[in-house]
Amino acid sequence: MTLNSNIPEGPLEEKWTSHKFNTKLVAPQNRRKFEVIIVGTGLAGGAAAATLGEMGYNVKVFCFQDSPRRAHSIAAQGGINAAKNYKNDGDSVRRLFYDTIKGGDYRAREANVHRLAEISVQIIDQCVSQGVPFAREYGGTLANRSFGGAQVSRTFYARGQTGQQLLLGAYQALERQVDAGSVKMYARHEMLDLVTENGRAVGIITRDLVSGAIERHSAHAVVLATGGYGNVFYLSTNAKGSNVTAAWRAHKKGAYFANPCYTQIHPTCIPVSGDYQSKLTLMSESLRNDGRIWVPKDKNDKRSPNQIPEAERDYYLERIYPSFANLVPRDVASRAAKRMVDDGYGVGPLKNGVYLDFKTAIERLGRNVIEQRYGNLFDMYDNISGEDPYTQPMRIYPAVHYTMGGLWVDYNLMSNVPGLFVLGEANFSDHGANRLGASALMQGLADGYFVLPTTIAGELANHLNQPAASTQSAAFEEAEAGVREQVNRLLTNNGKRSVDSFHKELGHLCWNYCGMARNKSGLETAIKDIDALRQEFWSDVRVLGDGDSLNQSLEKAGRVADFIELGQLMCQDALHREESCGGHFREEHQTPDGEAQRDDDNYAYVAAWEYTGAGTAATLHKEDLVFENVHLAQRSYK
Amino acid sequence: MSLNLLLKVWRQRGPKDDGHFETYSPNDINEDMSFLEMLDVVNEELIAQGKEPIAFDHDCREGICGSCGVVINGVPHGLKTLTTTCQLHMRNFKTGDTITVEPWRSTSFPVIKDLVVDRSAFDAIIQAGGYISAPTGAAGDGNETLIPKSVADLAFEAAACIGCGACVAACPNGAAQLFTAAKLAHLNLLPQGQPERWSRTVAMVDTMEEYFGSCTNYAECEAACPKGISIDFIAKMNRDYLKAKFKDRRSTTKIDTSEAG
Repeated sequence: MTLNSNIPEGPLEEKWTSHKFNTKLVAPQNRRKFEVIIVGTGLAGGAAAATLGEMGYNVKVFCFQDSPRRAHSIAAQGGINAAKNYKNDGDSVRRLFYDTIKGGDYRAREANVHRLAEISVQIIDQCVSQGVPFAREYGGTLANRSFGGAQVSRTFYARGQTGQQLLLGAYQALERQVDAGSVKMYARHEMLDLVTENGRAVGIITRDLVSGAIERHSAHAVVLATGGYGNVFYLSTNAKGSNVTAAWRAHKKGAYFANPCYTQIHPTCIPVSGDYQSKLTLMSESLRNDGRIWVPKDKNDKRSPNQIPEAERDYYLERIYPSFANLVPRDVASRAAKRMVDDGYGVGPLKNGVYLDFKTAIERLGRNVIEQRYGNLFDMYDNISGEDPYTQPMRIYPAVHYTMGGLWVDYNLMSNVPGLFVLGEANFSDHGANRLGASALMQGLADGYFVLPTTIAGELANHLNQPAASTQSAAFEEAEAGVREQVNRLLTNNGKRSVDSFHKELGHLCWNYCGMARNKSGLETAIKDIDALRQEFWSDVRVLGDGDSLNQSLEKAGRVADFIELGQLMCQDALHREESCGGHFREEHQTPDGEAQRDDDNYAYVAAWEYTGAGTAATLHKEDLVFENVHLAQRSYK
Repeated sequence: MSLNLLLKVWRQRGPKDDGHFETYSPNDINEDMSFLEMLDVVNEELIAQGKEPIAFDHDCREGICGSCGVVINGVPHGLKTLTTTCQLHMRNFKTGDTITVEPWRSTSFPVIKDLVVDRSAFDAIIQAGGYISAPTGAAGDGNETLIPKSVADLAFEAAACIGCGACVAACPNGAAQLFTAAKLAHLNLLPQGQPERWSRTVAMVDTMEEYFGSCTNYAECEAACPKGISIDFIAKMNRDYLKAKFKDRRSTTKIDTSEAG
């Protein structure tokens, strides 16, 4: 199959505008004839559901949490980018586009990224009108701060809870539509299969997590906005429930999975404290505006950080990258921290962190200002570590945070399975091999509020006056039977090992061999070991309880089974990509000073993988990336 | 430091079943664990013994999603103030402690299983009017309406509610005034929220009263709130509700204009 990205013709700046004009419309009185299923209620899914509902479509929305307001977008801390240039510091749509392409290490589509930058300004307007309480200056205008990978101040924020406030805006808009009857909400429901008929997505199979009922839902289009797959590493900054199941089951039904090896390791998280650790907690990138990262110059320095004099500290980011200093992009900052810890300069009881120090900022700005900016983050750090970051530096270390890879989509956000759309972190489209800070919220909302509502009409218009597929068809029958069989198999397996023990083992394999640094032999080992783990899982997993009521072990078991298969594909992708780019760092491919060495001649393409069965190598399809507007260069933040 | 504990946990098979306490004795609990990680450890032991693990709601485990929440020794989210259950760490306990763990206790939040309750009544309150009607695409420039920093900050403080339900669980009457008032304050303080201010207030308060008990100013909600939402917002809600009810609804346009900003 050839992958057609459907990028519109014409100059970059005009593509989206002309595409909107050229896309078919569905007239208001016809919209009520269409059923749309949306899975996931984060920024992308929530925004899409609210908007499609307002427009007059019949929308069914599903989330596994008890309320759509819990989706993990809620935990995003730092902010959302927009090319408003309110600071008059040289920002523009063009610059946001350029920063994002460069930040993604030239592995994203130009057209998608430019559209994202264009829409960014509308998102802020939309959210303000919904009552999102963004930070304000004393004069009443919107405030901005800086984020990594940019030399302008374009990040809008609501203290350290930007994701929460944006999600509540989308959630409230969604609930307004629930009340209006245009959106039907299914909370505590999990999608367990995609139903396809003649190659087209026509519905989903879900499990009601409270009653255990397996249900069929049909629609004219299915939209997945189910987030990323960072929990393949077990420990990540993702919520415990974040999972790849909806996307993976769609992948098994034919949707290609693109660039799974592009995973983002966030530089500033609280280090692991013990093997009971269930998740890792992010400390927002915005902290790098005022915090300075350092390690002691002497690797055997046993003194507490405050006793180490300035001259004996190595502010290594400021030393190595003077122009961006503490605000280098995430992949660069993470690898630098890893090098320090690997070389023995780590700090803390397990020597597994580096310092993020606010002493200079507190002296310069006063404690009050720091409290205003980061109060909730400092409290969270104190709660978790038992240390007061106002008086001693934070200890931080990189952790898995975001996944740039995801289901392959074209410019319309439609996967290679017609009728199946994928939004937000669940798709692969806009961040290339590395996402810049404050760009995830931007993409989720761009996809949900503005892109999908336009592009989905182009697909639906082809099916005007056709009813949604019957749920009594053989395709639904078969899909439901498959789901029932897997549920029963898990419940009757009677093995010895808990689901979590498998998940942790998978996480170790992925982190050790496919984490911040990767190499050929490690990846080959991981692929073999993960395959063995999959077989052991299916012979030895223990899931207690029944299928007719709330059963959290059963839910987890299904998700871990999918993570195991995805983990293997992630390693396969990492093994095949013989270059380093963004979050994908192959030790064999680095510049003399240890930076990522791309190979544009051979790898400037999207790797879209086709499922061929559990444990068998996936088939590669390539979408070449064409750069007409930016000059490909070695990224430099020095 | 590690702790040996006696845990009394509410177990209940389903919404219609009777519940009871079961006792567990986890040993060697690391003090750097979170409360939920301690429950994870207990659950792994239960699974090893072939017993069904304890069901509890949780997701982000960083205190923002509002999923988690249990009553610990009689106090929603435990004794440490301004802290969700997931952010409560075991260093706040000492070895030999007996810890009682129960679900939120409120008829408005029926138990689904063990420590998991149904909080969908909160969504119903939001559906009634907890939004600003702002159709996608209709917005003017973000800086068109200036909002004084003090107003934006106060709206933010109200909007920081995570919808966990600790306020209801803490209230002897099972009232949801703090949750409702927080959302009303967030929206009613902002200029964008003025056109729907009065209808929103009446709709949300009336829906709240359908599901929840009445407020008699115990202020337990404020003490239990992990985000420190102030009960001053309840006073503001009552004031807006009375105004909305007393004024002739037909002349609300006039009132809106005079109250804006």
